Amino acid sequence: MNENPAALLPELLLLGAAVIGLLLGAWLPRTRQWLVRLLAAAAAVAGLVATAVAATRPDELVFGAAYAVDTPTNVTRAIVLVAVLVALALSVDATTGHRRETEFVVLLQLGALGTVLLAGANDLLLLLAAFLLASVPFYALAGWDGSALGTEAALKYYLSGAFLGVAMLTGTAILYGVGRATGYGALREGLAAAPVAAAGVGLVAVLAGLLFKIGGVPGHFWVPDVTDGTPPAVAAIVTTIPKIGGLVAMYRLLSVAVPADALDWPLLVAVLAAGSMTLGNLAAFFQTTVQRLLAYSTISQVGYLLIAIAVAGRSDLAQPALLYYVAGYAVTNLGAFAVVAELPHARTIEDYRGMARRNPALAGALAVCLFGLIGTPPTAVFVGKLVVFTAAVDGGFAWLAILAIVNTVASVFYYLRWIVPTFRSADSDPAALQPAGTWSAVTAYACAGLAVLLGVLGGVVLPLMATQPLSTMP
Amino acid sequence: MLSVIVFLPAVVAAALLLVPATAPRRLFTGAWVLVSAVDLALVVAVWLAPGSGFRFEERVAWMPTVGISYHVGVDGLSLPLVALTAVLFLACAVFALRENRGVKSYVALFLALQTVSLGLFVALDLILFFLFFDLSIVFMYFLIAGWGHGERARAAALKFFLYTFLGSLALLLGFIVLYLAAEPHTFDVVELVAADPLAGGGPVAAFALLAIGIGLAVKTPTVPFHTWLPPAHTEAPATGSAILAGILLKMGTYGFVRIAMPILPGTWRQYAVIAVVVGVVSVLYGALVALAQTDIKRMIAYTSVNHMGYVLLGVGAAGIVTGSDEQARQLATTGAVTQMVAHGLITGALFLLTGVLHDRGHTYDMAAYSGLAARMPRFAGVFAVAAFASLGLPGFAGFIAEFQIFTGALASAPVATALAVVGILVTAALFLRALQRVFLGPERLPDAPGTPRPFADLHASETAAIVPLLVLATVIGVLPRFLLDVIEPASRALVELVTR
Repeated sequence: MNENPAALLPELLLLGAAVIGLLLGAWLPRTRQWLVRLLAAAAAVAGLVATAVAATRPDELVFGAAYAVDTPTNVTRAIVLVAVLVALALSVDATTGHRRETEFVVLLQLGALGTVLLAGANDLLLLLAAFLLASVPFYALAGWDGSALGTEAALKYYLSGAFLGVAMLTGTAILYGVGRATGYGALREGLAAAPVAAAGVGLVAVLAGLLFKIGGVPGHFWVPDVTDGTPPAVAAIVTTIPKIGGLVAMYRLLSVAVPADALDWPLLVAVLAAGSMTLGNLAAFFQTTVQRLLAYSTISQVGYLLIAIAVAGRSDLAQPALLYYVAGYAVTNLGAFAVVAELPHARTIEDYRGMARRNPALAGALAVCLFGLIGTPPTAVFVGKLVVFTAAVDGGFAWLAILAIVNTVASVFYYLRWIVPTFRSADSDPAALQPAGTWSAVTAYACAGLAVLLGVLGGVVLPLMATQPLSTMP
Repeated sequence: MLSVIVFLPAVVAAALLLVPATAPRRLFTGAWVLVSAVDLALVVAVWLAPGSGFRFEERVAWMPTVGISYHVGVDGLSLPLVALTAVLFLACAVFALRENRGVKSYVALFLALQTVSLGLFVALDLILFFLFFDLSIVFMYFLIAGWGHGERARAAALKFFLYTFLGSLALLLGFIVLYLAAEPHTFDVVELVAADPLAGGGPVAAFALLAIGIGLAVKTPTVPFHTWLPPAHTEAPATGSAILAGILLKMGTYGFVRIAMPILPGTWRQYAVIAVVVGVVSVLYGALVALAQTDIKRMIAYTSVNHMGYVLLGVGAAGIVTGSDEQARQLATTGAVTQMVAHGLITGALFLLTGVLHDRGHTYDMAAYSGLAARMPRFAGVFAVAAFASLGLPGFAGFIAEFQIFTGALASAPVATALAVVGILVTAALFLRALQRVFLGPERLPDAPGTPRPFADLHASETAAIVPLLVLATVIGVLPRFLLDVIEPASRALVELVTR
């Protein structure tokens, strides 16, 4: 049994930097709290290096078989750590000198740690623990700025999380009861012989918690309020980072632990995917505030991502499709939020009128990110969608691919509702377009550039994501 | 070489974006004309280079795991369209020398559009094709929304975007089916043609052709997918309409000859009669609706539906094997490709001319004008030439194309061809009527407030942009061999592929 802590180096770096940062922040004067942010960034960079080193080593299961260090985990580590770096840069303008700046950074790190653990969890109990670790810091983060809306958002987030978390706990108990194991590998054998109804109830309950984490229908109802009620930097984090780990966790749970011939989970996930993308799109149509629009957009994006999970095990492309799309989504979504963070006073779509004339580069970044979310080539989400659709048709879910295409066309409408005023001549109050600072803007440019770069370099990146999760291998 | 031709405009566009917008207008327009001219010269060099089959091929693995490569090359089907693109963009660059609204982004947008148009015609990989197809929609959207005529332009741009984007995604779905059907999986056009992955026919092949057909039909556009076209044309700036009609519509018809026919030959033969029917309906419907228009730009837009209908008739007839010999099918195919070039040149010129009219009178309503020939003789003359070329008078490129299509299609689809000939008659009537209403009779000019006076005749830059297009259309009409010699070997190869 491998219990070498060095296998968890990226996770330990996140944890260590969070703990030291918290202690450091307690001693530092308010104007020096940027040191904590610097520490967090350094830890993330070190974590990326450690991940790169880990990726060159053979896959392994550590701590019994509770945690898998394999391709999905390593890719998740890399995406989450990059997302942490982006989030740190994105939030500089809004949080520097704030009396809770340290808390912001530490909560972000702890939530990211929980997210990575979700992806690597190869045991239901660890999955549950990771779920809590990925949830609690984000509840606190949602209420971070202490405003009335933020407090309400945090409460709603917490209540739905608590409710669905309990459901997940129940599901874990049921699956343990019928499958006689919590480890995924053993659970697979147990569930193959288990009563279908009980196993189905247990699985649905566990998925409920994960759907809450990724903001997919029907666990999505916190997304709009939390996204709209919190500052852009927080909204960017809670709509991006937990999804990364939650989706990979769902993929690993379903493809490793639940035999598809015992329970028809592909159809269940396909229905969830259809619901998420359709509902998210329809609800996004007539939103007037940009953060609420992006909130519904993230719900619909989760729908497309779930397609890749629905065909897990049926198409070789499922895993690269999922991981690549997650990476592209994270970068593109963070980029869109970076633009929002740069213009904190522009809350509604109308406020963006004439932005292109005042700040053409930022408008360009916004256009790249929004067209990226639509899935226009050559951005990363396009390649993600291409591979996801291909995997869907390959895996026998052609109807889902067609539905996703119809949804994609529908989504054009609301993304354009935002792009259009941005490129129109201004006749509104320019006070709404006061920039917040340089950090958010530079982050937006970097994300837009990265979204295109990732799209063009798809050929290099995709093969790195293809190795299947460890315990499916014979 | 092809990569240079394709990406030169984009590189210059990127460089121009770094220049502050306060720089003199001449810098941007001058650079634009220069780049377009250089690009055209390079295309001429490619044209003159000897060789057969795919020439100037370049292939670099792009995403090998999913069978995508950067693969470009030209043959007799694509080279005429590449040349057309280079010519028409140069004409638009010259025409736009007088543009003064947001020149920097205007030029950058056009150069980007030129790159994606050229890229589409040389792409030999389905995803590369799709990439350029989609980007052409994005750039054209900004062009219509940004430089069109006010609030309605944005509605038209949105409609254009939604329709053609839906079409592009249907296309993507068809491509994915082709990709999965091929063994090994690939998006490469040449490999797919060689593999003929869905040779067995069946529902999957029919579905693939349906998805690809709808995607291309929306872009072409044919009845009943044409409804985005008239508003987009009416609201776009003159140069935008010229590019939209001259180049972007060809992306649809070119897709038929490059993708639908050679990759799905058996299925194409099976359903070719549908293409013929849709083509004839487009011919007649487009002509009749155009006849009913009072807005001159809308009228020309509907004649595009009519002219693209001939192309569809030609490619459909090429797929009907019974009752026709190989030579007839080849003639129909050659005619279809020639028609793409002819329509691009002539309609491009017509749209630029309506731009001149709008510049002077601020309206497209034909009833607002009368007797313009006296005030603007050169404009009237050029317009008359363009109109006669468009209605298919012998001596112009359109005649050569339509003659070939009719001759080639007559044997296999006699009824359809006979009906389509009626379309020519209607087009002739509507153009003559328009000429009569606008240019003859007592002089009457629109009297809206803000109408600039006097009604100046064609400026030098406008003449320099429009006249060469018509000269070229006449040269093709009188001495078509230089063009047909390029197209014919390729269409022979295509017909062989379809009937294999």
